[in-house]
Amino acid sequence: MSRPLAALGAAVLAALAAMGRVTLFALDTLTHLLRPPFYARELWVALVQIGWLSLPVVGLTALFTGGALALQIYSGGARFNAEEVVPSIVAIGMVRELGPVLGGLMVAARVASSIAAEIGTMKVTEQIDALTTLSTHPMKYLTLPRVLAATLALPVLVAVGDAIGIMGGYIVGVTRLGFNEAAYLKNTVDFLEVWDITSGLIKGAAFGFIIATMGCYYGMTSGRGAQGVGRATKAAVVAASVLILAANYLLTEAFFSA
Amino acid sequence: MITLSSVHKSFGPKKVLQGVNLTVQKGTSMVIIGGSGTGKSVLLKSVLGLVTPDSGTITLEGQDVTTGERDAFLARFGMLFQGGALFDSLPVWQNVAFRLLRGTLKRPKAEARELAIEKLRRVGLAPETADLFPSELSGGMQKRVGLARAIAAEPEIIFFDEPTTGLDPIMSGVINALIREIVVEMGATAMTITHDMSSVRAIADDVAMLHDGVIQWTGPVAQLDSSGDPYLDQFIHGRAEGPIAAVR
Repeated sequence: MSRPLAALGAAVLAALAAMGRVTLFALDTLTHLLRPPFYARELWVALVQIGWLSLPVVGLTALFTGGALALQIYSGGARFNAEEVVPSIVAIGMVRELGPVLGGLMVAARVASSIAAEIGTMKVTEQIDALTTLSTHPMKYLTLPRVLAATLALPVLVAVGDAIGIMGGYIVGVTRLGFNEAAYLKNTVDFLEVWDITSGLIKGAAFGFIIATMGCYYGMTSGRGAQGVGRATKAAVVAASVLILAANYLLTEAFFSA
Repeated sequence: MITLSSVHKSFGPKKVLQGVNLTVQKGTSMVIIGGSGTGKSVLLKSVLGLVTPDSGTITLEGQDVTTGERDAFLARFGMLFQGGALFDSLPVWQNVAFRLLRGTLKRPKAEARELAIEKLRRVGLAPETADLFPSELSGGMQKRVGLARAIAAEPEIIFFDEPTTGLDPIMSGVINALIREIVVEMGATAMTITHDMSSVRAIADDVAMLHDGVIQWTGPVAQLDSSGDPYLDQFIHGRAEGPIAAVR
């Protein structure tokens, strides 16, 4: 009886310790925002890698999600003669929830893994030590630019994803479900509020911070060898994905609970 | 002068350094030898602050290395890492000129590139190498680029971590000769760790042997063969029989 309890206790303590280490890592990263030097070139490279190069995956995800959402809402709404809600529900669903969450998860898969693998490889090949001996702080040079870039890029990706997702719904609504083009657009615009859009963008920024922080943390703490880097990569994606979903619930609760 | 006094370092239950005492005189080349896993790299990294000792003191010119301005301290050092540790995302010349492109030693880009090409030439690499990426270079070329990076800012102290590991005998000879030439030419203090005896004889003024977490023997390279120390004798002659267990 005591053995499973002891194992459970050990697991909880380990999880709490890990949360503490990640929190300290994130705070340490943020303190470098206030202390020069800043590496503008690294920030630019990270913006391109994280933001620009994630556009195709985020765009395609949003396009298909918007289309599927329109079909689902139409089918569900038909049960109580409410098919006309498709444009507004697609728009609200995309900008409040699906745009930021699915965009965040897709970027987590693409970016958290890539950051963890890159930094983890740099660690095992002593490139991180080399940076230090060259008077360059690894947190400033590697972590801060990536975290900053992801926090800035994700809201833009979410905004683009929202627009493409709504367009996906529009295409399906007009071509498959028989909606009038002008009426569909009018219903989308009329029912959408500024706060719907803003809340999604704030979520995007939070998810971007989580994604890059997890990638950098697991890269910096990677074990030795190919197996160590592999584990770090997997852990970064899993942790970023779970934290995105948890943060999404907490932010939704904070933004929309009565 | 670098002085290590009673330096201890453990990783979990494994005691790696157990009271290392060592002095490296200014302008001399000290080579630290010892078997694999005896803590040579940990010793070198302790001096640079990449590893924090559990106890003991390390001083540079009498000043504790853990005190004072860290950037200024590190600016006095250059280091050649075992695997080169070149930054994959940067071309060769930006690797060499890394320190000259940012921080307190920052120079204009064109000047930094010129200096990088000059250092590449110094280590026997053609200027065309400058725009290649590390992945396009052979192991020997990567070591030379690492060496060029270590000397780019003309440091007072240079550390070499296993400079010839993984190289063929001819390339090892080339790297050994380069290190010796550069150290003499620059008047730098050098600390090298290796278990390659040809490197020891080519590079060293003084030799220290690390075994069981302490300096087992230290003295001038000329006394290496007549030390009378059974541990050193076994190591330099590569004998399986002797006081050092073959299986550790």
